[in-house]
Amino acid sequence: MSSIISVSNLSKAYGSGFKALNGINLDIKRGEIFALLGPNGAGKTTLISIICGIVNPSQGSVSIGGHDIIRDYRAARSMIGLVPQELHTDAFESVWATVSFSRGLFGKPKNPAHIEKVLKDLSLWDKKDSKIITLSGGMKRRVMIAKALSHEPQILFLDEPTAGVDVELRKGMWEVVRTLQASGVTIILTTHYIEEAEEMADRIGVINKGEIILIEDKATLMQKLGKKHLTLQLQNKLDAIPETLAAYHLELSADGRAVTYDYDTKGDRTGITSLLSDLRNAGIRISDLDTKQSSLEDIFVSLVRAP
Amino acid sequence: MNYRAIRAIYLFEMARTWRTLLQSIVSPVVSTSLYFVVFGAAIGSRITEVEGVSYGTFIVPGLVMLSVLTQSIANASFGIYFPKFAGTIYEILSAPISYLEIVIGYVGAAATKSIILGLIILATAGLFVPLHIQHPIWMLTFLVLTAVTFSLFGFIIGIWADGFEKLQMIPMLVVTPLTFLGGSFYSVNMLPSGWRTITLFNPVVYLISGFRWSFFEIADVNVAVSFGMTIGFLVICMVIVAWIFRTGYRLKN
Repeated sequence: MSSIISVSNLSKAYGSGFKALNGINLDIKRGEIFALLGPNGAGKTTLISIICGIVNPSQGSVSIGGHDIIRDYRAARSMIGLVPQELHTDAFESVWATVSFSRGLFGKPKNPAHIEKVLKDLSLWDKKDSKIITLSGGMKRRVMIAKALSHEPQILFLDEPTAGVDVELRKGMWEVVRTLQASGVTIILTTHYIEEAEEMADRIGVINKGEIILIEDKATLMQKLGKKHLTLQLQNKLDAIPETLAAYHLELSADGRAVTYDYDTKGDRTGITSLLSDLRNAGIRISDLDTKQSSLEDIFVSLVRAP
Repeated sequence: MNYRAIRAIYLFEMARTWRTLLQSIVSPVVSTSLYFVVFGAAIGSRITEVEGVSYGTFIVPGLVMLSVLTQSIANASFGIYFPKFAGTIYEILSAPISYLEIVIGYVGAAATKSIILGLIILATAGLFVPLHIQHPIWMLTFLVLTAVTFSLFGFIIGIWADGFEKLQMIPMLVVTPLTFLGGSFYSVNMLPSGWRTITLFNPVVYLISGFRWSFFEIADVNVAVSFGMTIGFLVICMVIVAWIFRTGYRLKN
């Protein structure tokens, strides 16, 4: 797949001297859903704002479908729909008027049929004549998505689309995103809900302190994360792991009452059966056991915490 | 040019005007009528004539200018300040439009509104006093130039302001005093000579003088100077707006 967005060596320092982005390189493939993960203040919104033309970069370049965002901003920006994190909407306009306004702003001729389709897809059709101020938060969020889709963009940025949105609405939002992807739209979403990235994304990037620290296919990432931990509670306290069990690289808990064994579910043999029989041979009796899979969240936390 | 975007912004801003019709049109008309009652009737009964024109008629161009100046600034500054305040500016900045197009949309709408208002006030004045306009084309030229120039000025204030009080500060503390002292209600020739010289540093004098000339062919300063000063101020505002957009001042940083 060819890349539709290409960010190279992008940096942003604000007037206060705060460096929000530091030498970002990133390629987004046409048609994918890319999730940008990162803690608050990591630079997610600054990165999106620069790509969309809201903030001036200090250094580096971005091209959208081969168009430079500064030199060829009209062609570049025409391709993008942006749904910002905050609910910025006009209060007294009707839903229909504000969505039509967005289409005009992007230089597209009137197309009531398209606006109607967008509003229907987002379950906003029966609210089309309502003033925005009368809508709930979830509906306002959908109005903003409708505005972004009004001019038929090829790329959609969703900055924290489900922040502060209830579970049911979040599932609905995921549904919308999948439908869009099926229609050929490239989607970049930022989130700090790991679950969301796990659920939606084809690829995942992790950003922290203005730097991209990881970009990986979700499948590969999940495979790396495919490790499971088996914890065995022991009936009797153990002072040290017996020599005969050294090959399993067991880890003994501080109180000596539990051992942990790491294994790979994707491997041919997990080694659990032989471990259990070797334990019995060594005279170690087990009172309980449980297994745990490391999640994207674990990896994320360990990446972000690293100095 | 992205004409559709200009049209979208222009119509959006005009829609705001129709929505707030009462405060946009009715209140300036009411306050102008009050000026007529106070200045025209009360003071006019004592000053009967200024340079051959009855006092009530004499103040009409000044009153129209007063409204056009303050309304242009108010419309344009609020028009751009509010999206900044509400955050909806993100959409304007991320759209495929040039700075020129943004300015044409916002300033065009603000100027249109104050021109309409100026004409309504002129018509209202016609109900109180007899009016005859000697040079209608020049009258419209000065009206349009002033409306555009001060809408640009308002646009600059709207971008500069980072709070509602700053939005009000320049119009209240600078523009209103300059307008009142700029000969809205009197001829500069009525002042003692020292004050007359000081008054000539007030740019509003030139606007009102030129505008009044187009009505009665009487002027405090030569009409060519008035015209030149108006154009000069327009150019200064355009340069500042161009600088704002080139640097992204208060918008993109």
